[in-house]
Amino acid sequence: MSTALWTAVADGAAAVCFLGGSFLAFAAGVGALRFRDLSARMHAATKPQTLGLVLVLVGLALRLRTGGAVWALLLVGVFAMLTAPVAAHLVGRAGHRTGRMSAERLVVDELTRDADQAAADDD
Amino acid sequence: MVRSRYGAGSRRPVGRVSVSRVQWWSVVWLAVVWVALWGQVSVGNVLVGMVVGILVTMLLRMTPIDFHGRLRPWGLVRLISRFAVDLVRGSLEVAVIALRIGYVPTGAVIGVRLRSHSDLYLTLTAELCSLVPGTVVVDAHRLTGTLYLHVLDVTHGRGVSDGLEVARSQVLAQEERVLRALASDAELVEAGLEVRR
Repeated sequence: MSTALWTAVADGAAAVCFLGGSFLAFAAGVGALRFRDLSARMHAATKPQTLGLVLVLVGLALRLRTGGAVWALLLVGVFAMLTAPVAAHLVGRAGHRTGRMSAERLVVDELTRDADQAAADDD
Repeated sequence: MVRSRYGAGSRRPVGRVSVSRVQWWSVVWLAVVWVALWGQVSVGNVLVGMVVGILVTMLLRMTPIDFHGRLRPWGLVRLISRFAVDLVRGSLEVAVIALRIGYVPTGAVIGVRLRSHSDLYLTLTAELCSLVPGTVVVDAHRLTGTLYLHVLDVTHGRGVSDGLEVARSQVLAQEERVLRALASDAELVEAGLEVRR
């Protein structure tokens, strides 16, 4: 009886996680498509995407309920969280250096200011 | 030689930085990953994982991380729980902005000079700032310990200068949480933070 109850609770929680995760992944996709410049897109690709993935992984863990699978899912989550910011940083940095972050869409750009300052100091 | 100026409180002479020593923490971490990939804990898995870890750390050598702090359990709990809350808030914020029809966020790139000069804390702060509300790291300047971050939406119902100040103080608060979880007393004092017991 109680086993069946727990199974039902876990399945229900898994369903909620799947729905939440897919919603966030959807929002991330919309953001990546709709935002107007590269760096704004990177926001969509790091945050909702990561949490969406984590929710889907939690859902899977609740549904599968076997030790081995859960460890593998945990690893996927940890590596996603470790690598997403690094990827976003590299893309953002490359974008900024090649002028893809259009100045007119940034109200303040202290990186360009400081880089210009440093270049002027070198001269 | 340059390194020692920036590694906060590094007292080790630079020439002697453990070239021949095996980096045991990396080996343990790689062994844990190996065992998790196989999905079951057995003597064979752990042993093979250790061997793989030793091989990887010896063949692909990385600069050892200078760690002179100490783990503070309470600070660590605060850092992690706050991070979990922030991750959810940050994701929902971006999701809402993405789905608001016709709304164009106002972006900005700000430079925030961190108070500590350790590579480790700079990296951790940068990683965490990329996942919490509002900011993504665009560039990091190691010599001055400055992080450059892109703020997705500075206005967000406020004036631009208010929004920039909020973003700045969020980054510094994040750094403070990292330091309060990991830094030694000396590093806290150096960063201008009071040492709490």
